[in-house]
Amino acid sequence: MCDTCGCNITSGNEYLIQPDGKLALTEDGKQAVTVLKSLLSENDRQAQHNRDHFDRHNVLSINLMSSPGSGKTALLEATIKALKDSELSIAVIEGDLETENDAERIRAHGVPAIQIATGSACHLDAHMVHDALHQLDLDNTDILFIENVGNLVCPASFDLGHHHNITLLSTTEGDDKPEKYPVMFRAADLMLITKCDLLQVLDDFSTEKAKRHLRELASSAPVFNLSAKSGEGIEQWLEWLNSSIQNHQSQLKNHKSIHPSIQSDGVKFHQVTEHTHGHSHTHSHPHHEHN
Amino acid sequence: MHELSICQELIEQVEQIASEHNAVKVTDIYLTIGPLSGVEPHLLKQAFPMAAAETIAENSKLTIDKSSVKVYCESCNKETVVAANKLLCGECGTWQTELRGGDEMILQRVVLENRSND
Repeated sequence: MCDTCGCNITSGNEYLIQPDGKLALTEDGKQAVTVLKSLLSENDRQAQHNRDHFDRHNVLSINLMSSPGSGKTALLEATIKALKDSELSIAVIEGDLETENDAERIRAHGVPAIQIATGSACHLDAHMVHDALHQLDLDNTDILFIENVGNLVCPASFDLGHHHNITLLSTTEGDDKPEKYPVMFRAADLMLITKCDLLQVLDDFSTEKAKRHLRELASSAPVFNLSAKSGEGIEQWLEWLNSSIQNHQSQLKNHKSIHPSIQSDGVKFHQVTEHTHGHSHTHSHPHHEHN
Repeated sequence: MHELSICQELIEQVEQIASEHNAVKVTDIYLTIGPLSGVEPHLLKQAFPMAAAETIAENSKLTIDKSSVKVYCESCNKETVVAANKLLCGECGTWQTELRGGDEMILQRVVLENRSND
């Protein structure tokens, strides 16, 4: 977008490129290259490629994240059942360290599912998702769910090219999870409190508290109570899905896409390469000159 | 946990920069990492030598500048430094703030050595 104009220079990092900034002086005989690039810029580049791919095929892509066992696959099964008679077709990418179990559960409902076995990797990345995409018929898919590896830490750092992040919090996990795992919950565009049928037997989970902890992360994401077992909240969830599809479609008509509300540095910081030879000239950076 | 993958991506970027600048050695790498990036600086430091082994960045010095979490409140028109899990305005306590810093995971700078006769 703008590799040269300097719009990636923020109040937080501009000191680095000031002529007398603390890193502007370089050691004798060495070159110092100012990079200002996300550590994950290669992943972010692949993620953008994936997003373009989804957009070309009119597919809304949703990344599901949570602890292991909080009901991601059960949510997908309930969603597939609820959408059985609708026009919408679903595909699923499953991420786990081992086994095909989750993909088999999805396939049992007649929905295509690709299992990514990550081995020891604790998260999916954009490259793994890209490889899986080639095994899916995106032309006949409206919604692609990517069920990330069950983990409240690592998956939050990797853009997969999806349009929305959904974080599940099950009632058996405790209502303070957003306070304990701020990076994960801050990334949520929607938080689903799952296994709500258990609320009647749990005396230590308050949905209000869970919501308050999410707000304390400056998040305005909607929060729905849901039970894949009893069907509570499924209707509201489907409404959210439908309005997300419509929103995505209208963005596509305007040649735009949708990003998760919290974006990685790779999206915020465009590449700029500054090349200075040590012990040499000082120079100012007259980005955005105003007359 | 995912710090090794991130170090491997870092090394790939550094290798590319070194080759663009005809460097023979990378001596220093400077990063800025914020508490909301999801990356732990000390784990990154532990993983770094493994990722750097047998690359142009082997034995380079990794310096990590830790940034603090800052939020901006529009109604107070103020920026305050806060905890990573309480992004509330330090003045009025509202949650309707905008994150102004603390989620960085940035490669700031690399220092390269060229051939001695350059």
